[in-house]
Amino acid sequence: MNLHQIFIALTLPAALLASCGEPTQKSASQSEMGQVNLAYQKQLQLQLLDAKPGDIITIPEGFFSFDRSLSLTVDGVTIRGAGHDKTILSFKNQIAGAEGLLVTANDFTIEHLAIEDTIGDALKVNEGNNIVIRGVRTEWTNGPDKDNGAYGIYPVQTTNVLVEDCIAIGASDAGIYIGQSRNIIMRRNRAEYNVAGLEVENSINADVYENVATNNTGGILVFNLPNLEQRGYQTRVHHNQVFENNLKNFAHKGAIVASVPAGTGIIISANDQVEIFENVIKNNKTSNVVVSSYFSIGSMTEAGIKESFDPYPEEIYIHDNIFEGGGNSPDMLEMKALRIAMFGLKGRLPDILWDGFANPELPADTKRLCVQNGAAEVINIDGPNGNKSPSMDQSAYDCTLPPLPEVTL
Amino acid sequence: MNQKWFLGFGVLLTLAACAPTEQSVSVFLEENPENLSDWGVVVVAKSGSLALGQHVVPYDLNTPLFTDAAHKLRTLYVPPGRFANYRTSQALDFPVGSVLSKTFFYPKDDAGQLLNTKYTGDDFAGEGLNLAKVRLIETRVLVHREAGWVALPYIWNEAQTDAVLERTGGVQSLTLQLPDGDQQSFAYVVPNANQCAGCHAVNATTKQIAPIGPAPRHLNKVYPYVDGEQNQLAHLSDLGILDGFNPAEQHPRNANWQDERALLEGRAAAYLDINCGHCHNPHGAADTSALYLDLPGDDYTGGNSGLCKPPVAAGQGTGGRKFDIVPGQAEASILWYRMNSTNPAVMMPELGRSTIDHEGVALIANWINAMSGECKIEG
Repeated sequence: MNLHQIFIALTLPAALLASCGEPTQKSASQSEMGQVNLAYQKQLQLQLLDAKPGDIITIPEGFFSFDRSLSLTVDGVTIRGAGHDKTILSFKNQIAGAEGLLVTANDFTIEHLAIEDTIGDALKVNEGNNIVIRGVRTEWTNGPDKDNGAYGIYPVQTTNVLVEDCIAIGASDAGIYIGQSRNIIMRRNRAEYNVAGLEVENSINADVYENVATNNTGGILVFNLPNLEQRGYQTRVHHNQVFENNLKNFAHKGAIVASVPAGTGIIISANDQVEIFENVIKNNKTSNVVVSSYFSIGSMTEAGIKESFDPYPEEIYIHDNIFEGGGNSPDMLEMKALRIAMFGLKGRLPDILWDGFANPELPADTKRLCVQNGAAEVINIDGPNGNKSPSMDQSAYDCTLPPLPEVTL
Repeated sequence: MNQKWFLGFGVLLTLAACAPTEQSVSVFLEENPENLSDWGVVVVAKSGSLALGQHVVPYDLNTPLFTDAAHKLRTLYVPPGRFANYRTSQALDFPVGSVLSKTFFYPKDDAGQLLNTKYTGDDFAGEGLNLAKVRLIETRVLVHREAGWVALPYIWNEAQTDAVLERTGGVQSLTLQLPDGDQQSFAYVVPNANQCAGCHAVNATTKQIAPIGPAPRHLNKVYPYVDGEQNQLAHLSDLGILDGFNPAEQHPRNANWQDERALLEGRAAAYLDINCGHCHNPHGAADTSALYLDLPGDDYTGGNSGLCKPPVAAGQGTGGRKFDIVPGQAEASILWYRMNSTNPAVMMPELGRSTIDHEGVALIANWINAMSGECKIEG
């Protein structure tokens, strides 16, 4: 039973009671759910405005409904709930604000609470050093829907950021999305029913481990996007469980994650120096691992992309993972056709799929993709030529790369 | 219509509007007074108008922020004997002790019905805003203290006698009558003090709050003062509260977005500058998007201008569209889509409006539709 189901189970008896013709005996929690706690909203926002560095703002156990965004700009503040299943900040009645809680501050810690049903992003931290997000659940309780908010947990332009023991469910873009940041640990989180489970984008020095990513469209993403000041590189993805990320892609078209095929375990796009090791990656129907250039996103334009942008992935090292199943029912038409043509009706695509776009200006011995993973194979789908000549030649991948350093905060 | 509006506005203001009262301004450099009247910047006068305090100067912008079509009375106050320094591309450098205010209001008809109208001729009477003709909603105060600027939102009471500090902001249900007679109901949102900073911290790294409007490119226009028309920068200079302004030189000047005689490109740029540029600049909160819309910025190219630029983290904001600006195709452009929405997860700007600025959308649409070229996808 996942946590979402537990929550439903817990609230079910109250719902049954109410439906039995005793309206006067509505439980307190149920009547609260429909109403915005204006007094508490004001009180909490005042606490956030008046906070001093070092303050701990405690939010008690309970269900608190808000109609506008909360925001914090004071450095050194901790926001602490009683548990991600006990302290629930609900934004189901939100009328304004692009996020549930917006933080623009350093030395910030938030822990042990849930942010539910925001119109836009649940928790956004925009520019800050030393950010800790711990035991936070962000969830759209209606399940996957294109009109859910984009991001659950969204630190962007942050340095020294720790996201651990969090749960992210139902985001229409990424459950946990760390963008344009530096020195990152993302560990022991669980991401389910998002388009992208966990995502590291344009970030430097990230460690992504002991997470569970399942039932997303894509489990774990390591991306570089164009035009931004910071190019990302150096990410370790290890000791994660990445299985059955086969959810139909429900992102709005045009969003970058809308290009992620359903059934993708781990996907690298245009990023460099990514080490993927000792994960358990299973039953992702398109491919357990996809290594892609920005060309395959389908948004590469001459006018709109800075020339300095490098659309090609390099120095991707995949080793010592446990692969099982997957590749048996790819999402895209081209991949479906390719699977049957190359591996037969009951065949499956190999564990690693490379789109085949390689920077022609680099020397021939450039280590683009190295694989030391037992029987796991790579298919080069020959993207540059419209998938005309896919290749199973493994010789190019028989290389190693030096291990990336562990991230310490 | 535009022409008429400007003339009406000018004549009435020239006659009588915004004459200073005997009310002196109190600058609070430590505490935050509960009532707007404590500041003495704008006060309800016995004559039934909202009047300006001593040494308080009204001002206007070439192109303003939309804010749900609210009308605005902007004022600035510089302590006697002090002055602001001229800066070419940023807001004037005001000394500590300066107080800016912006009062948001809607005109109303005789029955008290609030109006969505561009016409401002009846707003002003006697010694300031004619309270028989307008309803005051909120006044935002920016005060320059030793440690920097502080933003304080005040909400006007039902009786329209004073406004009360509400640092957590507020929501008011408003119904406006549109020019065509239709009613427009919406939740007018007064920002909280942090959300003030959301726009006014134009540099998201330093997070320092600063004024946005009183920059030369916005102020560089003629204003109908009580004692005659004058360029606003020249006026401030003549009053002795602006140093470093040379009237013989050229100064940056944004277009009036509604001036149909001005170049479309300039009008669109001015509109995007004041409505978007405070976040969408290379140091702003929206530098995460790599879309820069501020003026006078660099000549943004290679994606930063939005042309054929794929989004970074737009989420639902794409509305199924691939690029910020698709030349010749406004409705296929994310920029157009987000301006044309009131869904908080989609709309831009994120704060400060609950309705769509249809005229602004039309301007940007015309501008995009006039662009040539296409977004050719490679690979």
